[in-house]
Parts: sequence; structure tokens; C-alpha cells
Amino acid sequence: MRYLPKSPADREAMLKSIGLRSVDDLFAPIPAEYRLTRDLDIPRQMAESEIVDFFRQRSRENGDGYTSFLGAGAYSHYRPVIIESLISRGEFLTAYTPYQAEISQGTLQSIFEFQTMICELTGMEVANASMYDGSTAAAEAVMMAVRLTGRRSVVVARSLHPEYREVLATYATHQGMPLSTANFGDDGRVNLKELEKLITPETACVLIQSPNFFGTIEDAGAIAEIAHKHGAMLVVSIAEAVSLGIVEPPRQADVIAMEAQSFGVPLGFGGPYCGVIATREKYVRQMPGRLVGQTVDKQGKRGFVLTLATREQHIRREKATSNICTNQALVALMVNIFMTVYGKVGLRELAKQNLAKTTYAAGQFAKHGKVLFSATPRFNEFVVQTSEDPYAINGRLLGHKMVGGLPLKKFYPELGNAALWCCTELTTRTAIDTAVGLVAESERSVRSSKEEDVAEVTR
Amino acid sequence: MKHITRKATRHVNQNEGLIFEKSSAGKAAWKLPPLDVPEVDTAKLLGASERKDLGNMPEVSEIEIIRHFTRMSTWNYAIDLGMYPLGSCTMKYNPRVNEAVARVEGIANGHPYQPEKISQGALHIIKTLSEQLIEITGMDAITMQPAAGAHGEMTGLLMVRAYHQSKGNARKKILIPDSAHGTNPATAAMVNYAVENLKSDSRGMVDIAALEAQMNEDVAALMLTNPNTLGVFEQQIHKIADILHAKGGLLYMDGANMNALVGKVRPGDFGVDVMHLNLHKTFSTPHGGGGPGSGPVAVKKALEPFLPAPVVITHADGTLGFDYNRPQTVGRVRAFYGNFGMFVRALAYIQANGPDGLRQTTEDAVLNANYIRKGLEGTYDLPYSTPTMHEVVFSDKLQLKKGVRTMDIAKRLIDYGFHPYTTAFPLIVPGALMIEPTESESKEEMDLFVEAMKSIAEEVEEDPQTVLDAPHSTRVSRLDETAAARKPVLRWKPGN
Repeated sequence: MRYLPKSPADREAMLKSIGLRSVDDLFAPIPAEYRLTRDLDIPRQMAESEIVDFFRQRSRENGDGYTSFLGAGAYSHYRPVIIESLISRGEFLTAYTPYQAEISQGTLQSIFEFQTMICELTGMEVANASMYDGSTAAAEAVMMAVRLTGRRSVVVARSLHPEYREVLATYATHQGMPLSTANFGDDGRVNLKELEKLITPETACVLIQSPNFFGTIEDAGAIAEIAHKHGAMLVVSIAEAVSLGIVEPPRQADVIAMEAQSFGVPLGFGGPYCGVIATREKYVRQMPGRLVGQTVDKQGKRGFVLTLATREQHIRREKATSNICTNQALVALMVNIFMTVYGKVGLRELAKQNLAKTTYAAGQFAKHGKVLFSATPRFNEFVVQTSEDPYAINGRLLGHKMVGGLPLKKFYPELGNAALWCCTELTTRTAIDTAVGLVAESERSVRSSKEEDVAEVTR
Repeated sequence: MKHITRKATRHVNQNEGLIFEKSSAGKAAWKLPPLDVPEVDTAKLLGASERKDLGNMPEVSEIEIIRHFTRMSTWNYAIDLGMYPLGSCTMKYNPRVNEAVARVEGIANGHPYQPEKISQGALHIIKTLSEQLIEITGMDAITMQPAAGAHGEMTGLLMVRAYHQSKGNARKKILIPDSAHGTNPATAAMVNYAVENLKSDSRGMVDIAALEAQMNEDVAALMLTNPNTLGVFEQQIHKIADILHAKGGLLYMDGANMNALVGKVRPGDFGVDVMHLNLHKTFSTPHGGGGPGSGPVAVKKALEPFLPAPVVITHADGTLGFDYNRPQTVGRVRAFYGNFGMFVRALAYIQANGPDGLRQTTEDAVLNANYIRKGLEGTYDLPYSTPTMHEVVFSDKLQLKKGVRTMDIAKRLIDYGFHPYTTAFPLIVPGALMIEPTESESKEEMDLFVEAMKSIAEEVEEDPQTVLDAPHSTRVSRLDETAAARKPVLRWKPGN
């Protein structure tokens, strides 16, 4: 086996020095009746070239070469080449959690920079070293609000990503946390009147997403005011990190739970991604996840360490703020490099291009189908309602090697034949025009078949 | 240094400040293509929601970024540099073909919501890996959704709860041995179970009499790491399972130490009902400085209805797809389908090994741990003489006489060119030195390790201060962790 650095003679010598005759003696502690006496039923050893062929084949069966208009919590942005160059360095790739600070300063300093930039972008005072993803970060942020307020119930916006809501429901079930859901209004944003009615003296927090699942920007200020008036916290989930380049962050929030995948992390069929929680300094001791802090060594030299570990499971065990241990460090490094590359000016320009492409696309679609919530400010997603089932339209788009918007019937049946479309800086005008053309064709054919029906009836 | 280390030599590395300290207006590492659609008036589109300022985000050039991160990388220890014997962490070689195949276009860039018709490649990977992990563990079904080991524990206990609930009573508590990882009790609390400690016997195994006395109809499950954190295989495993099952309880196995078992014995065959795996330990996906991981949970038939949705199925026409119609599911534990990129790497690892390679891997991992035990026995105190599997736990009892503790020895090991072992864990061994070499170490590397550990033991006798002040060769000396926690500085600010 090519990964194993021992010759048969080495093994012999080692066994001899231990005083054993055969390797089987090492497994004597396992009761004989359970020892496996056959080969595992898995394919034989494969050569490296065969492994590469296997995955190349899988790649061809997996949408390689398609243009996509999908977003909905997973966004296709350009990834600067140096991200891969740098994260492939073995010193980052093959290091463990930086518990031994003296030989982990590279990882520690980069996390410290990550925490700083997340604070700058979200307008919060502290950020952790990462969470699994945006959905679990949102659930953990809610549990944090429950601990901070001593209250147990939660009001969730229906315009929060449906899968994030499902994850929260799973986490909340056994915590005795009642969830209620605030619907969205005709403007595609949380219905504030309904929201206020749902808040009770037992409400720990209100959880919204902005830009929300439909791409529209919530009025976080107004929602914060309502929540705070009733002694509840506001937790805001941000799923499209690039929006932070041009959209004012929800500074009125008490906790922000982010998905930073947009910042240089490949789509990767849904993971690994990079969740992160940011909050105010006074709440840091109830924050889950690892934190890096600055300190000095014995000579007074600046250095970085993992800190406030008394919140964590390896110290506090069942009284910890969370059970999280392994996080998404290498993915956070991708995010860190991406933020460094684009920086203060580039992130804004990048976000502006997203906005321009989306504005153009929404305008074109509006000529043929109905763009919902169109008067509300949005970032890079929008909902198009069509006469025909979007699955049927998408079926035809696939023939053009294009993936249309995400049909919303499964999550929001009341919106009928609606689909969520996304454009980023990578979406070309040609692709937009082609997709709009196919939707227009669908609308025309539905209209003419209706006219035929009418003609038949009158005849 | 009085004692000569053969493994490492000092060399120059570069100083590097924080990126913010390099920033100045007008520098840039990015370039966008010209817009092919009309420019927009952001103020008009966004109104009050328009962001005007990005605060202290950096402005730097590409070469500065490359040097910044490359310089910082050289301050890290890594598996690629040498032995990384952290106990229960399984720091094995991370094969590079895994990285290459995870970056193939259609695999790296598949969207989780793209139609099933053009997701057959990803589904094929998930299904193949699932089947192989089921075969390796001897279980019946699996979910790939959990993002890491602790997340898998939570998912497993949610299924335990749902199983008991379906029988009319969710039960109240989880038994956890005193040698367990901290994630186990923290997880039980997240699923709203009370934790009851179970003590170990004099051989470092579950105390069967105590288990019998503590087991009753309030106990939902026992969370057991096997081999446990002393590197000891629970020889009475089936008796343990029988005691639980007799009172309707379930046996949960923390698979953190599965590297001692693959291809030699299957948890499903010795009475385990539910277990998680750590793809970032046993199956070679890189730790990446703390993640990402992946924590699939495998279960027996009786727990299958409770798996998180969706699950991968084969449609009537032979194509693969997701089944969301799971009425008894515990729900979703993560958006989308889990850390797919890690599945790719784990599958590539299994393919490279095959059945014989996996077995040889396990044998070598156990051989290495025993070789180290033999080499250091006598020099360091061995609190449990029970046979060792993939890791061995010593204590600092002998060195403590000179005022030297496990952390000091660990820090001194850095000067000898090694990453320290796990210190002060498991908690049942005061001053523990927990050593897991994995299969990836050659005889030469381990001989150097044993030599280094012996040399440090001599230093403790002759010149304990050298050990107490270690490390001496790193760019920073021991850092003030107390100050860091007392007045936390968790981000850079201008003027700092």
C-alpha cells in the first residue's frame, strides 16, 4: 500500500522488539468471535490513474459545462487563483487545530485576521473562528439568544432560507424552544404587524435573513426596534456574503449568523462551507465556537492563542455553550484570502457588478413574466412568476446547457409557478438573454394555447 | 541545547505583521472584467440600504498576499513536516490525489440544487461511499449529513431519542464513561438528556458491575468510545451491549478511534446500534487547521426510519435521487447534504487502499502505538498495563517529582522537531501523555521520537529548567494565555 512507509523487514523488526511473533497478537484483546476473518467487501486497490479516471467520469455526469441561474444559499462567484495556491500549502492543509500556539502561529494569525474582517463587514464587535455552515450558525445563534435572555421561544421569518428553518426546527425540538413563523408581505419582506403580534414576553429572539431568501433586503432597523421594544434580541442570517460590499449590514442586530461561502468557497454540491457568528463584545462569553485572541509571549512579543476556552466542550463538558469542536478552518482560510484579495474597494465593485447583472436580468424577465416584490430593494436574486410550471421551462433550458431558477413550489406553494433566479458577476448578458428568450417563448405558447381554447369554446 | 536533536535544525523564517498593517489606499489584488450590462445607480436602487464604507478592510497587492500567507504558513507545524502524534486525533497522511479529484470541475462546482438529472455524478459518489462505510462498520444504514464528529454525535442522539419516543418514552439520560471526549456530554445536553458518569475499572475499561447497577429504564443509551481514550479495546463489549439491550437501551459508539478497527473488526458485529465516523480522522481528509470535518452516522435497521432527510435512493429507472418523504425523520441537521467535498476525499482514500490496504493500515497503526509503548515504558509511567491498540497513554508521574508536567514535556518536544502528543487527556489519567502515531510513521521517525522522549526524560533529571522554559526554538515562546482570556483582544483595531 503506497501510503504506508514500512518494509516487511521493518514490521518484522518492530514486532520482534515488542516481543510478539505475529501481527495477530496485537489484536488479541478483541474477542475472537468478532474478529473479521475475511476481506471487506469493497473494490480492490486502485492505481492513482484509475482514481482520477473514476472522478473525472463522475464530474462529467455532474453538470460540468452548464450555465446556472441557481443561488438560494449557494452562490457561484469567481475564485481568485491564489486561494488554491495558498490553501494547498501543507502547513495549512495538514495542520491540526492550533492548540499548541508556538507552532501554530500561521493558523492563529490568519484566524485573527478573519475575525477582524468579519467584524468590519458585519459591523459587529466580535466574530468567532467559524461554524459548520450558515444553517447551523443560525440555529446556534438562536440558542445563544435563548441563553442570554433566559427566554425560550423564537419568532422566525418565513423569508428565511427554508432549509435553515428546518435545521433550526431540529435543534429547537428538544430544547423546548417553541417556534412561530412570521409571514412575508406583498413586498417580499417580513410582515411587521404580524411579526409584532407573534412576539410575547417569552420571545428570546427574532430570526430573519437579509438579503432574504427571495433576495429582497429586510428592514432590519424596523425589526430590531420591534424586537428590542419587547425585550427580545434580533438575530440576522446573511447567506449571500457578497451583498456586504454594497448593502448596509444590519448593525442593529444583536447577533449575526453568516454563511461566507460566497467568499471564495467552491459550490461543491453543498459543502464544506463556512458559517460564522458575530456579535457584540458583551455577549462573547455566550458565543459558541473557537476564538483566537492576541497576547504576548515571555519576551513581550505579539502572538496569538485560542482563548475563552471555558465556553467550550473540552473544558465545560455538558455545561458548554455548544458541542462544536472541529469547525471549518481551512474554508475560513479561503474566505480570509478572498476578503484580502478584494478588500475595501474590490468588494464594493464586485457587489456592484452583481447588482447590475441582476437589475438587467430582472428588467428583461419583467417584460415577459412577472417579477415579484419588484419595488423592494434587492441584491442578486429575484422571483419570476410564469404561466407555465418552472420545472417544464427548466427542462427546456437544460437542452441549452442551462440551469434555470429554483422552482419554489416545494417551499412556497402559495407563490404558484414561481422560481428564484440568481445572477452574479459571472452571469453573462448572453446567458441572461437566452434564458429570458426561452421564458418569453413559454409565455407566448401558453398565451396562444389559451387563445386557441377560447377560440374552440366560441366555435 | 545540551542534548542534540537529530530531527530538526533551526532555520530563518520571515517576520510578518497583520495584513491591515500593510494596507494603503490604492493598492489592489483584483480586476473585474468590463460590465456587459448597463451600469446601475446604486443609491437609486438601494436607497437607505446602500453601504457607503467598508471600514478597515485591507488594500494590498497580490504579491503581498502571497508572501503574507506563505510566511505565516511557515510558522505552522504540519503532518507534511513530520510526526503529529496527537492522541484520538488520528493525524495521518492526507493523500494528494484526494485533493486533486475534489477539484475536478463538475465535482468542485456542482450546485446543490441543480436538477437530479445532472447530479448523477455526485449522487453516485455519495451512494458508493455510503455503501462502503456501511460495509466497513457492519451497520445497516447511514446519513452523510453531519458536518463533523460532534455534529454526528448530536444526530446520533437525536435518532436515539426518536427511537425511544416511537416506543412511547424518550427516556431521561445518557451514560458516559469518565474517559470520554468532552463532546459526548456536551452533545447529550444539546439533545436535552441528562448525563450520568460511568467509572472505569482498574484496567481502564467500563466497570461492568457499575454499568449493571446504573442501567435502568431511564437510560436512553451509553456513549462509548471503542477503543477508548486509553487506547484500550473494551473486551467485554458484548456484555456491555447485552446489559443495555436487556433494559431497552441503545449502544452508541463514538467512532473517533475507528483507525484501530477498520478491516479487523466491525462495530455492527459487536452490538453497536448507532455510531459516527470522523472522515477527517480515519479516512484521511485533511484537518486543515481545525476543519472541515465530516461526521457520518451509521445505524442498525431499527433506527433507519429516523435518519435525517433527504436520503439517497435509486429510482425505478435506475437513476439516483433524493428522498425527502421520510415521515419519521429527526429532521435536517444541516442545509444541503453535508460536507460533500470530504466524501470525495474519503472515497478516494478507500479506493487507493482496497480491503488489503485498509487492513494493513490498521495493523500498522496498532503496531506503531505498541512500538512506542515498548520504547518508552520504564522511562514514563504507564498507568494502565492493559494491551494497547492504536494509541498509548503515559503519565507525567515520574517527571512530576522534578516539578515537570506533561505540558512542559510537550513543549520541549517541539524543540526536538515534533508536534506534541495530546496533553492532560483523558481526564482519568492525571498528567496524561496521549500518543497516537498512526500508520503514517516510518520506523525511523518513531525511533527519533522515542529518542527525543528519552532525551527529555534525562533533561528532566539533569536540568529541569530547560524543560520548564521550553520551547526554546520557536518564533514565540510560551504565550500568556491568562492575559488573553482576562482581557480578550479578538480583533485588530487601527492604532493597536
